[in-house]
Amino acid sequence: MKKKRLVNKIIYHVLVCGFGLVMIYPLIWMVMSSFKETNTIFATAGSLIPEKFILENYANGWKGFGNVSFAAFFKNSLFISIVATIGTVISSALAAFGFSRCHFKGRKFLFAAMLVTMMLPAQVLMIPQYLWYQKLGWVGTYIPLIIPYFFAIQGFFVYLMINFIDGIPKELDEAAKIDGCSYYSIFARIIFPLIKPALVTAGIFSFMWRWDDFLSALLYVNDSAKYPVSLALKLFCDPGSSSDYGAMFAMATLSVLPAVIIFIFFQRYLVEGIATSGLKG
Amino acid sequence: MKKSSEKWRTCLNKESVAGVVFTLPFILGFLLFMLVPMGISLYYSFCDYNILSPPVFTGLKNYTNMFHDETFFKAIGVTFYYALVSVPLRLIFALMVAMILLKTTKASGFYRAAYYLPSIIGGSVAVSILWKRMFAIDGVINKLLSVFGLEEGISWLGNTKTAIWTLIILAVWQFGSSMLVFLSSLKQIPATLYEAARVDGASSVTQFFKVTLPLLTPTIFFNLVMQMINGFLAFTQCYIITQGKPMNSTLFYTVYMYQQSFEYYNTGYGAALAWVMLAIVGLITLFLFATKRFWVYEGGV
Repeated sequence: MKKKRLVNKIIYHVLVCGFGLVMIYPLIWMVMSSFKETNTIFATAGSLIPEKFILENYANGWKGFGNVSFAAFFKNSLFISIVATIGTVISSALAAFGFSRCHFKGRKFLFAAMLVTMMLPAQVLMIPQYLWYQKLGWVGTYIPLIIPYFFAIQGFFVYLMINFIDGIPKELDEAAKIDGCSYYSIFARIIFPLIKPALVTAGIFSFMWRWDDFLSALLYVNDSAKYPVSLALKLFCDPGSSSDYGAMFAMATLSVLPAVIIFIFFQRYLVEGIATSGLKG
Repeated sequence: MKKSSEKWRTCLNKESVAGVVFTLPFILGFLLFMLVPMGISLYYSFCDYNILSPPVFTGLKNYTNMFHDETFFKAIGVTFYYALVSVPLRLIFALMVAMILLKTTKASGFYRAAYYLPSIIGGSVAVSILWKRMFAIDGVINKLLSVFGLEEGISWLGNTKTAIWTLIILAVWQFGSSMLVFLSSLKQIPATLYEAARVDGASSVTQFFKVTLPLLTPTIFFNLVMQMINGFLAFTQCYIITQGKPMNSTLFYTVYMYQQSFEYYNTGYGAALAWVMLAIVGLITLFLFATKRFWVYEGGV
């Protein structure tokens, strides 16, 4: 009986492990290929371990395209992602506090509008927004990639924070009100510090989404010196490029590194964010 | 002077005013970045417009032109096929793996991470270019298949039958976030229900179909709605991996819309396409909500 259970256990782990390996095999292949000599990558595609372990691809890839190195692309991506994320977190927290704690005219209508923005993905707005930003003279700048995020346009994050603020007892607000606190100091001194977990969750998702964002960079950034990483990677695929696959895999590996680091250190927040509000990873 | 600033303060601190002040970012954002652009594009969708010259009002021409546009119907067909195949497959996979991982062992955390990692980075350009190379004629898929005796390489991306499947596999591969949602709702099903079912002599298969599945239907429904919308609007994968090739067999609606607006400069037509897409997505959502009462269990535990 005991033996049978052990056998079952081993079968279970072998199967789950094996399937898990299939799942991450593409990623392992990408990382390993980045250490192979470029001209051997496809000849030895079947084996994972490089015959000769080299770092040249990273040096070659880092040089970038034209006169722009990947250092610049990474700096651009970091700048866009961090500033847009700060805007998202602060504006979403403000709006969430308003929805959760204040009753005012039009609140129901606005709340419904927010739910609609949750269901309305960026792709539908791609052309409308492009036409509008073009009128404003924003095409070719970072403004469309950053400024809108300061206006709580991602309903998901507002919704996430409303749920969190609803969970904080109202007695705290009442006590502060008696002590002479205004709504603004209640938000700044009581609610904002208390919703830290929700802020971190929203910040993580926002950062990863901005980092991966390809479509809006494709539409609005024209100058290759201003390219974020996602757009720069695409240059490796262009027909005119030298197709240095080693360098391509090396830079692709580096580009997913921030997400993997976040995944390792903030797994708890990610899992909670997805499990409680169905945020897409 | 002092008095007026005091007045100003009490006014700002009224609940109704404070509410508007706090939600002001959203109000402005909704107006400036949603309503205004949509209004403009609605107007342009009735115009002949190519970004370079001023728009000329042409009424419904853009919309009626769609009926004669074979590529339009092709793109709709491809997109429906992609969404209707990849989303259910992904949910089935997610549920299966969640059931398997429900059994907690010391390695559970590790397994969960391995299954979830592809979802975290799946939408990135890096994974798309990786996919393109994996399914290339000299890529790793053909190399691995040759181990099983399939010597001649298959041109996955060059064949109209297989190209769409590389995109579907990429979508199914990212079942991780749905799996996490399923895991958390599976854990909320009280063990007493299973015990009662066992006492009544239900096998584990019956337990799954009579207890687990009905209680999961609200979660499945939520996932289905969100992912159908997202599946219908996929862009990056198609744009980088196949560009709609070969012979438009993988042309996603969003990519077609992009091509019309920014490559052929039929921006008015592109705006009309965007509105049709919005209508389609809205109809799908309505349809799913209409079917809700037939299969979603909402009685609680």
